Amino acid sequence: MLSALGQSSLRIVSEAGDLTRFTLRGFYSAIGSRRLGRRLARSVYEQGVRCLPVILIVGIFTGLVLGLQAYHTLNRFGSSALLGPLVALTLIRELAPVLAALMLVGQAGSALTAELGIQRNSEQIDALETMGIDPFGFLVAPRLLAALIVFPIMTAFFSLVGLIGGWLSACILLPLAGNVYWASIDSAVKGADVSECLVKALVFGALAISLCCHNGFNAHRRTGATGARAVSASTTRAVVFSSIGVLAADYLITSLLV
Amino acid sequence: MPESEKVPLLATRSLVKRFGSQVVLADVTLEVPRGRVLAIIGKSGTGKSVLLKCLAGVLATDGGEVLFEGRPLGAAAPDASGTDALAAFRRRCSYLFQGNALLDSLTAWENVALPLEQATLLPKAEIRLRVSEALRRLELEADATRYPSQMSGGMQKRLALARALVTRPEIVLFDEPTAGLDPLRRNAVFALIAHAQREFGFTAVVVTHDLPEALASCDHLALLDQGRIRFSGTPADFAATPDPVVASFRDSPAALARDIASLRAGAALPADLG
Repeated sequence: MLSALGQSSLRIVSEAGDLTRFTLRGFYSAIGSRRLGRRLARSVYEQGVRCLPVILIVGIFTGLVLGLQAYHTLNRFGSSALLGPLVALTLIRELAPVLAALMLVGQAGSALTAELGIQRNSEQIDALETMGIDPFGFLVAPRLLAALIVFPIMTAFFSLVGLIGGWLSACILLPLAGNVYWASIDSAVKGADVSECLVKALVFGALAISLCCHNGFNAHRRTGATGARAVSASTTRAVVFSSIGVLAADYLITSLLV
Repeated sequence: MPESEKVPLLATRSLVKRFGSQVVLADVTLEVPRGRVLAIIGKSGTGKSVLLKCLAGVLATDGGEVLFEGRPLGAAAPDASGTDALAAFRRRCSYLFQGNALLDSLTAWENVALPLEQATLLPKAEIRLRVSEALRRLELEADATRYPSQMSGGMQKRLALARALVTRPEIVLFDEPTAGLDPLRRNAVFALIAHAQREFGFTAVVVTHDLPEALASCDHLALLDQGRIRFSGTPADFAATPDPVVASFRDSPAALARDIASLRAGAALPADLG
């Protein structure tokens, strides 16, 4: 049992090192990569614009539920005026970065893992190498940089529509006064809360998208499968590990910043 | 002849490649003469494409070495200018993949322009000129804005060929350039390779199953069998050698006619069919 535990630990450490090297190489290869702007714009579109509807839908429902639950709980203690700060701080510090990241992993992360996996399978990545083009600079760097742009923006959108959802619950469906809701949010949310939200969004973006790129890029050798099964296994693995990574990183960052 | 031209442009020395316990290339020693077309032939699954990928540095070898102008290729072999020898080799080499390996998110034009835009410092006007010329040669001018997925297999093959030749390489590695093409297109591709080779003077290595076309258009042939080069020489040598493996390859059309005649006469299937 000890041997198995040791082997598992070594494998995890080795994979973490491999991922770190992959991520650093991905960012580093952006230096000197030609026509990066065009590929970056495409990645921002794919990760951001195409995921926006999902982010908005999940955000509004999260805010609605949060407002509904919190209103009834706070009302029992005569503290319904605190609903705004509760919804805002829960969203900004916790739910928006985590849920936006999970949605982006589910939609954009899975798509880019599959795309890279298919490019690996159809020798497109080998072709780039034979043409003297660094596949990291061409394929990985724009996706990693796009994540640093898209995740904070999507998190901000999620927070905004979440707050609107909370207002709809508490002030339109329930009897809380709208000016109380917004004024209490204004006074409760500090710069540090927004900073925490931004730090989380950046870390989740870099972590999740590098995990997805890593799995897709190495689809041919990491899963013990070949062809379409390798792409499928890599995509599943990327989504699962990215989701776990986001939640684990959330705990670490929260414990450091609280 | 200058001393540098006596050295083969590309060569392998005792090349070994394994996949797990399976030895694909056991001991391959081969020379690719400068400015010539070398065809590598052999049965399916004998490692011809693997050999080509080892030559291009796409696959790491497990033994032996690949030499470009007499210098070993690899991360630990810096060239005279201090850059990596493999990177220098790739700047002068093109590779046509069996499955074409076209980037499906780029149009035909963008695919052909890609190696020029990303790996050279050519001005935009020169890139436009070269891409137009490459597409025109391969009769793809009207399809410049189409994506590979919107093209037929033959068009994709021509597009991949245009991309391989647009950089005006010194050496081109062709991995089954006629796979999946009809006989007319197959002839056209071999004629195109021979024509382009004469025009640009590049050295070509062609992995193929098409023996008649290879004999007609190549200067040298190498037969890969059981992980080793069984035969290497000119088409005339190929026609004359008494080697039984070469003979079985060489005489395969006649053997097919014999087998068909026997089957029609009620004989059993040949034993080596499977």
